[in-house]
Amino acid sequence: MSELQLRDLHSTEFPVPGELQDNLAITSLSKIYNWARRESMWPLLFGLACCAIEMIATAASRYDLSRFGMEVMRGSPRQSDLMIVSGTVTKKMVVPIVRLYNQMPEPKYVMAMGACASGGGPFKEGYNVVSGIDKYLPVDVYVPGCPPTPQSLLYGLISLQKKIDGQSLANMDDVPWYGVAPSEPTPIPVLGPDIIDPRQMDLIRQQAERAAAGLPYGVRELPKVIPVAPKKPSAPKPAAAPAAAVEVDPAKAERLAKREAALARKRVAEGGAPAPEEASEEAAVPAQVPAAAAPATSVEPTAPGKFDKAAMLEKIRARKANK
Amino acid sequence: MVDKPITTTTTADTIAALKEKFPDAVSDDTRQGYSGVVIDKNKLVEVATALRDELGYDYLSSVTGVDYLGISDHMEVVYHAYRTSGGPALVFKAQTDRNESEIPSLTSVYPGADFQEREIWDLYGIRFNGHPNLKRILLWEGFDGHPMRKDWKEAYYEEEHKPFGSRWPAGYVHRSEERNAYGHNVKYPADLDLSRLNDTSEESLYSGMGLGVDVERLDDETKLKTDRLIVNLGPHHPSTHGVFRMVVTLDGETIEMLEPVMGYLHRNHEQIGERNTFLHNMPFTDRLDYISGMSNNLGYALAVEQLLARGARWQPPSYRAEVIRVLMVELTRIVNHYWAIGFFLNDLGAFFTPALYAIAEREKILDFFEATAGSRMMPNYMRFGGVFKDLPERIRGVANLLNDQVRDFNTMDYLTELINDRLPRSIDELDRLITESEIIKTRCIGVGYLPAEMAVAYSCAGPLLRASGVPYDVRRADPYSIYPELDFDVAVRYNGDLYDRYLIRLDEMRESIRILKQILPRLEATQGQSVFGPSQHTPRVPVGESYGRVENPKGELGYYVVSNGIGEEATKGPQNPWRYHVRAPSFINLTALGAMCKGHKVADVVAILGSIDIVLGETDR
Repeated sequence: MSELQLRDLHSTEFPVPGELQDNLAITSLSKIYNWARRESMWPLLFGLACCAIEMIATAASRYDLSRFGMEVMRGSPRQSDLMIVSGTVTKKMVVPIVRLYNQMPEPKYVMAMGACASGGGPFKEGYNVVSGIDKYLPVDVYVPGCPPTPQSLLYGLISLQKKIDGQSLANMDDVPWYGVAPSEPTPIPVLGPDIIDPRQMDLIRQQAERAAAGLPYGVRELPKVIPVAPKKPSAPKPAAAPAAAVEVDPAKAERLAKREAALARKRVAEGGAPAPEEASEEAAVPAQVPAAAAPATSVEPTAPGKFDKAAMLEKIRARKANK
Repeated sequence: MVDKPITTTTTADTIAALKEKFPDAVSDDTRQGYSGVVIDKNKLVEVATALRDELGYDYLSSVTGVDYLGISDHMEVVYHAYRTSGGPALVFKAQTDRNESEIPSLTSVYPGADFQEREIWDLYGIRFNGHPNLKRILLWEGFDGHPMRKDWKEAYYEEEHKPFGSRWPAGYVHRSEERNAYGHNVKYPADLDLSRLNDTSEESLYSGMGLGVDVERLDDETKLKTDRLIVNLGPHHPSTHGVFRMVVTLDGETIEMLEPVMGYLHRNHEQIGERNTFLHNMPFTDRLDYISGMSNNLGYALAVEQLLARGARWQPPSYRAEVIRVLMVELTRIVNHYWAIGFFLNDLGAFFTPALYAIAEREKILDFFEATAGSRMMPNYMRFGGVFKDLPERIRGVANLLNDQVRDFNTMDYLTELINDRLPRSIDELDRLITESEIIKTRCIGVGYLPAEMAVAYSCAGPLLRASGVPYDVRRADPYSIYPELDFDVAVRYNGDLYDRYLIRLDEMRESIRILKQILPRLEATQGQSVFGPSQHTPRVPVGESYGRVENPKGELGYYVVSNGIGEEATKGPQNPWRYHVRAPSFINLTALGAMCKGHKVADVVAILGSIDIVLGETDR
């Protein structure tokens, strides 16, 4: 053990006399445990696609992974601590990947190397591509790039070492493997008509029922459109423009009206002043909503956000005077 | 190989001879922009046999399917056949109905059609009658549908063509996961039966592998009575060069049967390619054979340039652009062969140390690529009509691999030193370290023998074909770019074993150095010339088909591109390819793997695979 490494271990709580500092360290169990693990991360020798080539280049002489104690790439998952998912994860391949992950002994870490492993990358839309390994496995470090350069892979590995440093033996919630019982294996996906994640069985069953009932299935309702206030106040419209020129989506206007009504009810419930007449009228007569709401949308949201130059100048002047 | 002398020389002659022999079955393909002949599918095998035996088209390069839904509503299988003596392709097609699509298999005539027909069955659902082993090859048995059909939509389907509409239409982004009920890239058929999941791939795979006791041997007193054993190598295996899988039946330690299983990296290159615009596909080609991105670029550029030359607003590449292209491609070949030799030794059991020597100089070439194209491995460098930018004045490259000292160099000095000094020296070093090694010779000589006739029949390409004694190199057989004016030899070796496949890679690297030495003065002479014509990001490509092929380090890489469309696109020319197919050398070279491995020991399998030099990005696409 070199001098430098021993000093890394010194704890500030228990000062060691100066003459013993090179020979003795008093430290916490977590720290020494993490120190041993971070300096001997053995990755699984496991290349998927293009990123694997850069991973090999990182392990080769120029970038030299062995500086970090990580050059011992193990062919067997039983001997490895880190799975570098280096490339596009396909549906056909995710089955063996999950199986390999389950075979790795704890503590174990997963690194998503490159765009594909992180989120599908350029091939995301493909019918055989899994959009990111994090759909199946817990990922510790994401390394961006397509492919990431050896430098960024090294940075990812250093980040992983930092992450390990922060984990504590005492806090069992911190990482699953310091708990009492062994953690559950990740369920292995099944290849059916398409890939089936066993964790989604309930959802798949629900959707299958919808399909059997003739309802639309497999698609999720998009979130409702939230009307966005225009950023800039619109220029005053020419007086001649007819009201019909302001196009308002009826659904949107209806929602606005409902919101107004709800606000009004809230105000009443809180014991405040009753809502303005116009708003309650709007809520009461939905048939007239499009026409009635049109001016409201164009005026109301813009008023509070309007930039008052004179007032701002006044403020600035006051601040200067205070100084 | 042909016994009778071949009387026809040109493609037109051949077509005339075919029509004379089969007046009913053969007709010209008269569609605008298309070439070759359409053959009646009932006579396909006869016509193909005549083509091979009488007209000398002994090499079936590519087989692919096209779905013309909405244009003429039929399926088509397109064959590209060549003569190993050189010359252009003969394109022939067989058409079938979309609903009950069946076509006779050509595996009896051209065994190299085996995997390609399985791929078409997998992706298009065209059944090949008479195919000995018609199973899905890239996807798994039980997959719902045939995804390359035009009416099959993937789970993340957005629109037919890119560029897609705004993903920010109403003030928030639409992500595909959000629109999918499962939050994944999955979709299930309406009649999903969860009690019966139908992945039968494994059973159907093992059923054909001859498990159990060899009955014939039970009576033989001299032999041991042993069960056959099935061993899976891969998809997670350090010596399968990625996620490739081989299922082997062993008798003791001897291989009785080997079946390659692929598709573990099938990332739907071709379907994504149909959604993309023509130019969008350029960066995707980098990721095919990800060790030699530059060569992949060139093949695709050539295919689309063939189409553009038929009347688009377009300028052919300038002389300097062609010079730069050849420079890049030949450097890529050296990179690839370094890699192949290094990892071939890995497969022989010399773990990683020889590979370290082999790929050390690669870093210098990659520094040059990075300085020029912006990326070490994925250059996305070539364009239709040139390359996207000129070489830089100065580059920052590694000066000394020992301490990764990066220095600023003049580009021409850097290249001159690299080509005249460093690369030849390092190739000689590899030669000195490996070639005469006793262990290498014992492991390699006579192992994995592939005779010339078999190599041609199995449509093998590249070093694999030439090590078997067939001097076929696309750069000479069907020249492109400025190769006609360059002086180099087609490397050829005659023993067809592992040792020759190793030696031929050294030969090819030396030939590449020879080419590069001729490129250097041309680079000097053309300095200042433009390398790229007017900007054309989404060119309208004239309607038609084209097949661009280049001699990639791994073999013949071909791109079959169909430019066609519905409605006004059919007249003005579309912005997206109708069909984009890659004839991947790694994929087709694997057809011969089973035959090469038979009778060898299990330890030789990885070495034989290493000598083919596959890359999974290209095999599975």
